[in-house]
Parts: sequence; structure tokens; C-alpha cells
Amino acid sequence: MSAATDTGRSGILSTPYLLSAPALLLYAVLLLVPLVATALLSLHSFGIYKGIENVYNLANYRDIFGDSYFYEIFGRTFRIAFLVTVLSALIGAPEAYILNRMRAPWRGIFLLVALGPLLISVISRTLGWALLLGSNGLVNQGLTAAGLISEPLQFMYSETGIVIALTHVLIPLMVISVWASLQRLDPQIENAAISLGAGPLTVLRRIVLPQAMPGILSGGIIVFALSASAFATPAIIGGRRLKVAATLAYDEFLNTLDWPLGAAIAVLLLVANILIIVGCNRLLEKRYAEVFR
Amino acid sequence: MSFLAVDGLTKRYGGIAAVDQLSLTVEKGEFVSLLGPSGCGKTTTLQMIAGFVEPSTGTITLDGMNLLATKPAKRGLGIVFQSYALFPHMNATENVAFGLAMQGVPRTERNRRVAEALALVGLAEFAGRFPRSMSGGQQQRVALARALVIRPRMLLLDEPLSNLDAKLREEMQVELRQIQRSVGITTLLVTHDQAEAMALSDRIVIMNKGRAEQIARPDCAYEQPASPFVASFLGKTNLLAGRIAAETLSIGDRDWPAPRGIAMGAVTVTLRPEKIGFADTGLAGTVRTRLFLGSQWLFQVDTSAGLILVVRQNGGDAMPQEGAAVALAWRAEDMRVARDGSAA
Repeated sequence: MSAATDTGRSGILSTPYLLSAPALLLYAVLLLVPLVATALLSLHSFGIYKGIENVYNLANYRDIFGDSYFYEIFGRTFRIAFLVTVLSALIGAPEAYILNRMRAPWRGIFLLVALGPLLISVISRTLGWALLLGSNGLVNQGLTAAGLISEPLQFMYSETGIVIALTHVLIPLMVISVWASLQRLDPQIENAAISLGAGPLTVLRRIVLPQAMPGILSGGIIVFALSASAFATPAIIGGRRLKVAATLAYDEFLNTLDWPLGAAIAVLLLVANILIIVGCNRLLEKRYAEVFR
Repeated sequence: MSFLAVDGLTKRYGGIAAVDQLSLTVEKGEFVSLLGPSGCGKTTTLQMIAGFVEPSTGTITLDGMNLLATKPAKRGLGIVFQSYALFPHMNATENVAFGLAMQGVPRTERNRRVAEALALVGLAEFAGRFPRSMSGGQQQRVALARALVIRPRMLLLDEPLSNLDAKLREEMQVELRQIQRSVGITTLLVTHDQAEAMALSDRIVIMNKGRAEQIARPDCAYEQPASPFVASFLGKTNLLAGRIAAETLSIGDRDWPAPRGIAMGAVTVTLRPEKIGFADTGLAGTVRTRLFLGSQWLFQVDTSAGLILVVRQNGGDAMPQEGAAVALAWRAEDMRVARDGSAA
């Protein structure tokens, strides 16, 4: 394009930016500003007597990377997130497949049942789990009555408890995501595979699963991100002792009042989350390149 | 014993019979079409043979084997679906190789047979392409290769050409027939396109409301339709109201000698439009519309027997103008007369 037409069209060129300005403004005010503020805050320093000091250094990050306490908490956070993601995929994907194969009235009813947990607040759901999983809770009573265990299992204040409760909280999101990808599946494709001599398991593994993979992957990203940054469930089930990154940041902000350290933890959680999700996405997208196109 | 024998096949959904007491046979190497309007039960029939739908009653035997007692995966049928149903996450080669892998064919032989099958349908250069980056016609060919490569005992085609545009469809018809002949495979085609059924088949099963109205060679069904439904579904036809009194059959203001064996009263006369000619004397009428179709002329003529469709070959002769007074004539043996109210 020549310079003459360039100047002539400068008005047209700016039109897209003008049209998206309201959205950009919303994005900047609601997301960018708080994020940048948090990132800047994490560079400040904090003293018990001096409060927050307006200096810029990486002291907080140096503290975090130099202390095994933080490694433990971040390790736990992502171990929980990973387990929750795998469990949601293992339970949610077959659940969505079965739902998808149901007939007309039942399909709608059971879809509502499966997605029902989304209609209840996370707090009530988690408190419900606390009742079930306690030492005298239904699960332990049942297992004892069945003679499977002699002493109650310690679910509360344990990673197992957090994983169970988080999986329940987040599984509807996996179901929705896989459901959406199964909706696009041509039912005749399964018949085609059967007519070529494939048994039911082969059809599932070689025909249905690869086509459901985009749904499982996007569901996995949502579940992983939400469980890595989950606050309410780990706070209630994990209690004060068993901390994850989100509850740790909360404690730094509100108990220790060390806002800069809390901000640094939040920033690290965000960065780690992005790195892990983008990395896994790349790997899986390469493996299932054709289905994603 | 026929190669494929369907006997008394019925499928009821609720109280409604989608397929009603259907019996038909297909000989080895024969190409048979199930032809009918949508909802006539032709696809349900194919799905029952394939094993995707369970019949309510009836039997299906293939090569002496009870097909209904065999799992769909073990029936050894090659099926081409209307939507092609290619595996979207596999390229053409992998799609075609899938059935061979299921049969446990060794890799070297598998590769050779896949290459052969792709060459047979003219897609040798597209082996590495994925369905998404292929045209409808190419996907169609992959689906055909995938069905043929497993050396099925029989080929089932479910409206395989209906998603292609008209020109491509004609090309594929010729090609399909050539491939079927060269492989010599017994084929059952489901279609709603009467021209396709007539062009491809050795025999046609014309279906209506779950029943077979007529099973015959295409030319027989066309010339001697068993019922007004068959006559109007296969090609264009005139259905004229007539009346038999004593020895004469009256259509409009003209009389013909009455055919034997039909009682007096109101009758329906079926008459193909290409059998009608313009003559000096005959049923008088006026040309209402005249359409030029290239190889043919199509006329609608107003007569005392109603609007009559006339088709004349374009032999270069002068044809009557719109509004011209004409006389229509035809041979008595080209008429098919049926009593009103009777089934046939």
C-alpha cells in the first residue's frame, strides 16, 4: 500500500480499535490494572515495624525460592490440581458419553442431575463433604459397618479429602465440555467402525475417544486452572494446617499482613498455572492435531 | 437359494410399521436398488441388514447364514453411509486400513491392499489427506474404498451420492457401476433418486409405506408399472381419468377399444408422456406451455381429459407453438388401465 492511500485510510484503519474500545476498556480496568497492581505490589518489601515499603526488588521471590516450605505448598497445590483433573477426566468423560447415548426424556433429566452441583454454592457443597468425610461422617460409618476398616480414615485435613471434594465440585465442567464435543460426533461413524469389524471397546478407544479429545482437553484446562487456584474447598476441608497456594496467599494478606509476599505467591501461582496449561495444551494438540482442525 | 434372502421383514415403531412384511432376494453379483420416497422404510431395511436396527419379525439370510444371529461387526458387509462417516482423525490411508487392521491382516499385505483400493477409486495421490481437506466426491471415494478393501460379502450403499452436486453425481454413477462390475460384488443401494436407481441397478425394489410395490428390472418397471404409484414415481407419467362402458374405453371425448378383463366403470389410465405424439386426428387440445430442454421438448396440453404432459425428442422438426391447437395420438398398447379403487 502506498503512503498516499495510507493517509487517506487512516480513519478506516482506526475503526476496528474504536469499535472494540469499550471491550478493551473493560478488559483493562477489570483485569489488566489489578494484575499489574498485584505484580508491582509483589516487588515491594514488608517489615513488621515499617509496614509496606515503596521499594522495588525481588526479595519476596528470593524468599519464596529459598524456602522449602513454599516448595511444599506449591507442590501440594499442583499435585491436587493434577489428581483432580485426571479424576474428572476419568469419571466425567464416560459420564458425558453415557449421557449422550441416553434416550430423550432420560437424557435431559440426567444431564440436569449431572450439572446440578453447579447450581449449589461451593461453600454448601464443601460443607456437605465435610459432614460426609468427618471421622464420624457417613463414609467412615459406612465403611466401618461394612467391616472394611476398623479405625476411621482421616479424610478431613488431608489431601485425599480435598481431592474428593474438588473433583465433585469441578466435574460438571468436564461433563459439559466433553458433552459439547460429543454433540458434534456423527453417530454413523460408530456404525461405520462396527461394520468394519470393530468391537465396542475398539470403537470407544480408536473412534470415539480421539474425537472427544478436544473436549476432554479443554475441560481438563478449566478443571486444572480452577482446582490449582481453588480457595473455598481447600480452606474448609484442608483446614488451617494443610495449606495450598491460594489459602497461603490469603493468610499472608489477612493474617500476617505481608501483602507483598502474598502478592508474590499469587503472581507465581498465576505464572505456574499458565506455563503448565500452555505446555500440556501444546503437547496434546500436537498429538491430536487432526481432531483440532 | 438366493445369495441374500429377506423374508417377511417387519419393523414396528410403536404401532406404526416402518417396514411391513418385506420380502426380496438378491443374487450373487447382482446390483439391486431400494427405491422410494423418504419415509418408505428403505433405509430402515438397509439398517436391519447391516445390524444397526433390530427387526420386529422376519428373517435375513446371506449366503445360507442366518444374519440376524450374527453380530453387526461379524456380518462382513461393506457399508457406505450417506454422510460418508469417515473417521475425521485419520487420513485416507488410515481410514481404509482400519477394517483390515480389525481383521488382523499383516502390515505389508495391509499396505498393499490399501494402495490397491485407493487406486481403484482413483485416489492414489490423496493417501495422506485428511477427510476435512477433501471434497465431497473424494470423501465419497474414500468411503467406497474403505468398504471394498475388507472384501465384504456384500456392499450396502445408503444414499451414497445424494450429497454430491448433479454433475459429479452422474460421473460417480458411471464409476460406481464400473467398479461394482469389475469387483463383481453383490450390491444393495438405497436411494430416493429414480434416475439413479434405473441407471445403476439390475433390479429395482420400489417401496412405498414400508411395502414393496414392485420388484423388477428397471425397464420392465418403467414400461409395465405394477401400480399408479410406481408409474408416477418412476419417470414422468400422465394419470388420466377414463370410463369403460360396454366395449369402449373413453378418455375425454375420444374412444378406444376397451382392454379385456376390466369391469365397467371409472378407471385410471397411465400413459408415458414420450409415447404421445402430435397427429392430424386424435384427442384435441391446446398447448398451454412449451419448454425446451435441449434434447427434448416438454409440452403441457389442455384437453377434455385434463392437462396432459407430452415429451417429444428434439429431432430438429418444427414443434407447435404455445396456444396452438393440436391433436394427441398414442397406441392403445401404451396405455395401462386400472380400475379405480383397486390396489394395482
